[in-house]
Amino acid sequence: MYAYSEFDHAFLKTRNAQFRAQVARRLSGALTEDEFKPLRLMNGLYLQLHAYMLRVAIPYGTLNSVQMRQLAYIAQRWDKGYGHFTTRQNIQFNWPRLQDVPDMLDALAEVGLHAIQTSGNCVRNVTADHFAGAAADEIADPRPVAELLRQWSTDHPEFQFLPRKFKIAITGSPNDRAVTRAHDIGLRMVLQQGQRGFEVIVGGGLGRTPVIGKVLAEFIPERDLLPYIEAILSTYNSFGRRDNKYKARIKIMVNELGMDEVRARVARRFESLRAEWSGADQAVLDDLRRAFAPPAFRVAPTDAFTAAYQRDPVFRAFADTNLAAHWQDGYAIVTISLKAHGATPGDATADQMRLMADLAERYGHDELRISHEQNVILPHVHKSDLPALHSALKAAGLATANVGLISDIIACPGMDYCALATARSIPIAQEIAQRFQAREAEIGGMKIKISGCINACGHHHVGHIGILGLDRAGVENYQITLGGDATQTAALGERAGPGFAYDQIIPALERLVEAYLALRLGPQEDFLAAFRRLGAQPFKAALYETEGQANAA
Amino acid sequence: MTERFTPSVLTANDLLEGDVVYLASSGHWTRRLQEAQLFTDGESASTALAQAQAQPDRLVGVYLAAARPGPNGPEPTHFREAFRARGPSNYSHGKQAEGLC
Repeated sequence: MYAYSEFDHAFLKTRNAQFRAQVARRLSGALTEDEFKPLRLMNGLYLQLHAYMLRVAIPYGTLNSVQMRQLAYIAQRWDKGYGHFTTRQNIQFNWPRLQDVPDMLDALAEVGLHAIQTSGNCVRNVTADHFAGAAADEIADPRPVAELLRQWSTDHPEFQFLPRKFKIAITGSPNDRAVTRAHDIGLRMVLQQGQRGFEVIVGGGLGRTPVIGKVLAEFIPERDLLPYIEAILSTYNSFGRRDNKYKARIKIMVNELGMDEVRARVARRFESLRAEWSGADQAVLDDLRRAFAPPAFRVAPTDAFTAAYQRDPVFRAFADTNLAAHWQDGYAIVTISLKAHGATPGDATADQMRLMADLAERYGHDELRISHEQNVILPHVHKSDLPALHSALKAAGLATANVGLISDIIACPGMDYCALATARSIPIAQEIAQRFQAREAEIGGMKIKISGCINACGHHHVGHIGILGLDRAGVENYQITLGGDATQTAALGERAGPGFAYDQIIPALERLVEAYLALRLGPQEDFLAAFRRLGAQPFKAALYETEGQANAA
Repeated sequence: MTERFTPSVLTANDLLEGDVVYLASSGHWTRRLQEAQLFTDGESASTALAQAQAQPDRLVGVYLAAARPGPNGPEPTHFREAFRARGPSNYSHGKQAEGLC
């Protein structure tokens, strides 16, 4: 893992001291809110419905145990004893007091974390496949490149005032777990004649104008990647719209100019930029590759795993849903679900964070990951340690065996916290998880994603079933989209029809799930596959069945 | 004819704590919606709004929020204001945990 250099530490120290002085000037009245707001947003501090909220970046979703323990400490010392992991691999603290935030930032800096560029019209936290460096299907670990992007984009003087926010996601695997097609830039590692490079996808994004990103370049060699990305940002900075906030993302520029024109302009900019890059970035990248070298894996028998798998049905259920294939023999990737039935998706208490940190240190080569699906991952666990790990998780209520199932829901904070929200998300997620708990194994793989407004932090457009909470004439109303897909076969869901009231959305989902179970070819056909085979019609019919009958009567 | 004014309370977030506050009839800022002054005419509401906006050292984002009279004081008419007056629905945090609603 990357450890901060002296430069990083010194930079953060200066930056935090600046913010401490800015807060003092705000409190003394020397700065007005209009003057202070852009300064606090640059440091990840929002003002939400009930309190301030501090959004801390977890670069490419990677943490070590010391960092996780510090997040727990911050949650307990300055917040209400928990944190909320988000769909962009950030953690949010929902209750800080303004005067405490400088201390919180100093505490973060002690462990090499910060909240810079988690807001504002700049390059945001670079997100990555949460199985990076561990997945069996991966070409190579994308995190050295992700870290290079983080270093390049942090405080980049040219890109602090882009037309709008800018999100980059990266994966080293052909199976896309990083939603690369819903980012301003998505990077997918590919090999061409043995040479490593990236497919560069541009102009994806959700929000009010959802777009699946398109391929700008099929192959950019790794050594050209950073100047090429700088050329994209530079082109966007020059030609992206600044007259209308809602038309300012790069996806709109791509739509208005056309992909061929964007490609030509980026190519021209790249041509003039390329010569300015002396290769220093490649030297840094070499160092980063060493920093992200795999841990010293253990060679040991896995009999303990096999025995527990055969003996203990609870462990077996956990192993069947929460483990993924590791490239190293004898190892597994463990997903710890933060979606206990009835709990708030993505929330972890300080005690849970500490336990996960301890377990990572003991069984997981000291690494943790945060997924955009709001779970925590121990990427490197030897299979012989899985029974002990599972029992430790079980004792702490962290062994929920539901990864990828209907209760493993993405939900944004919604109107329970967010000032932008138009309806609640969390209680809908809680209710769905509890309602379908008994049948979730039968229902099988299902991605439900819930957003509390059109900005789509809950990724509803790419959920197999997406739920969007809106304010319709002063009442919460929930629209359903069907057939979305966040993976390499990305697709936007199709709106099913009129929305449902708060107390009607669960019965509507029950009808939808019943229809799916009745229509599927078998348990091997998940909801998305059934939807693709049958189209929306039978599912819409199920959703609006009650109303149809009422109209007919 | 003057435009009809929707009865409203004056509300903001506290600069230090970030929590929701309301202007009470006594002129102080309270954390309870029930203690808020319910403005029924536009002129006094605009005056109070202007005065509050002149206190940037303790308030953030002052605005008039629609409310109606209730047996124990003003009540929210929109669900967003109901959440602001109570706190989130997933945990007993915020005003509901502090006996402020």
